[in-house]
Amino acid sequence: MTSAITVTGLRKAFGDQVVLDNLDLTVARGTVFALLGANGAGKTTTVKILSTLLRPDAGDARVAGHDVTRDADAVRAAIGVTGQFSAVDNLLTGEENLRLMADLHHLGRREARRKAAELLEQFGLTDAGGKAVSTYSGGMRRRLDLAMTLVGSPQVIFLDEPTTGLDPRSRRDMWQIVRDLVAGGVTIFLTTQYLEEADELADRIAVLAGGRLVAEGTADELKRRIPGGHVRLRFTDQRDHDKAVRVLGHTAPDGDALALRVPSDGSVRSLKALIDQLEAQSLEVGELSVHTPDLDDVFLALTDDKVATA
Amino acid sequence: MSTPTLTAPALRFHPLRDSTTMLRRNLKRMLRYPSMTVLLIGMPVIFLLLFVYVFGGTMGAGLGGSPADGRAAYANYLTPGILLMTVMSTVQGTAISIAMDMTEGIITRFRTMHIARVSVLTGHVIGSLIQAMLAVAVVTGVALLVGFDPAADLLGWLATAGFVGTVAFAFIWLAVALGQASGTVETASNAPMPLILLPFLSSGFVPTESLPAGIRWFAEYQPFTPIIETMRALLAGNPPGNDLWIALGWCAVIALGGYLWSKRLFNRESKL
Repeated sequence: MTSAITVTGLRKAFGDQVVLDNLDLTVARGTVFALLGANGAGKTTTVKILSTLLRPDAGDARVAGHDVTRDADAVRAAIGVTGQFSAVDNLLTGEENLRLMADLHHLGRREARRKAAELLEQFGLTDAGGKAVSTYSGGMRRRLDLAMTLVGSPQVIFLDEPTTGLDPRSRRDMWQIVRDLVAGGVTIFLTTQYLEEADELADRIAVLAGGRLVAEGTADELKRRIPGGHVRLRFTDQRDHDKAVRVLGHTAPDGDALALRVPSDGSVRSLKALIDQLEAQSLEVGELSVHTPDLDDVFLALTDDKVATA
Repeated sequence: MSTPTLTAPALRFHPLRDSTTMLRRNLKRMLRYPSMTVLLIGMPVIFLLLFVYVFGGTMGAGLGGSPADGRAAYANYLTPGILLMTVMSTVQGTAISIAMDMTEGIITRFRTMHIARVSVLTGHVIGSLIQAMLAVAVVTGVALLVGFDPAADLLGWLATAGFVGTVAFAFIWLAVALGQASGTVETASNAPMPLILLPFLSSGFVPTESLPAGIRWFAEYQPFTPIIETMRALLAGNPPGNDLWIALGWCAVIALGGYLWSKRLFNRESKL
């Protein structure tokens, strides 16, 4: 058994609104899989079905080798879920929240205390452990949330937009925690609307739009799917601009009348060649900027027309 | 991680253990949020004082005593109704705390965990039952201070406690369902309002004979009248007779209905 999650032909509709339309995906054990999509693309619905909160209308979904509808209890025993909205008890302290989880996993009293202390330490919450969660910051709350998910040592962890609403530093902390988890052999199913996050963490990325997968692959594979990078040149006057269009050959117009785009792989060598050419023609360039394709380009290119036709 | 496929023993449910854990959680929450409990006990105490000291003289005279000992007589008449009101007040608290819980993510977390699902609800029910019994004890204490003078012996007191516990248990299950059905905390605090007001349309504050025909008919057939009459009889050291069985019948129906409704609500799919 090599895949942690297998989904085939998954469908879900709420009334006549189709949320998931024939979804297929496979997540290998011990990897991070990122499901990327805009708001309303069906990410949370997918997580809810895979974590047994919702029943699919059609299709098969297996998590940790168990069917999510026929064998939901076995799935629940194998997974951990950290959702978009913090699933912590605000009236209890951080430590009490962890002990609550330990009790529900039937750890012994001593083991529960040890595990709670260990997780508080690991997530930088030791000092706050005795304080009520209602006093925690957003980042602390999210860390505690994930720590609670880890009490049961799940094989598969679902992280539904784990960094939405976090400041950059908390986000980076969260990423490091995820990397450590994967190093420990856990499988992670991550949903996010941040391409940077998927790029940083995921082994494989799937782009979801309008309930359908529009692309799947590694970050590099996805980047290769869209037109390459370019150099944007902005001239100080129209005469130079027009001359550059004639001299440089393969250029593309830009939104700005004085600017144009020259295809480029962004390497120093090609930049130097371009600059030499501009100098030889004594063209006055006001601004020069290099654009390499990032996942944002991929995302926008892939989701735009799909959403429009959906 | 070389986690082997889960074996059968790991998948056993522990409803008792999980319920105890959930009960501990709910008791802690009550301690952390004491203003709720104080409020729940405060309301019936205010009604008790209001009725004994403001209306008590006149009401007592209506029961057939002089205004002087009328107040004491009315305190005796009134207390069972106030105690039932105390139970209903804590039941309202149950509905509110269930609704609060449902709006927080932690219930969603519980749903994705391999735990005995009913324990989430039983934890609330047993916690509320403890809260209700404490509240009733406090209000009884205040009633004793303002002139309540029951004739019951120890057995009568124990029977009353057992009976009040049964009534509380039944209505708490109803509140658990109401709290879940409400969707918001605001609705949940209003939904049990009829339970707070129904004692007024029973034999709780005045004998039903003094009511006009329509209301009297309603008062005699609604569940709170036999419940109050049973408490009144037990506290006075009299046999409750038929009222006890009618009251227990109502409790059985309400408890079962509340339990089945709650279970159905809890197992329904989460919304998008």
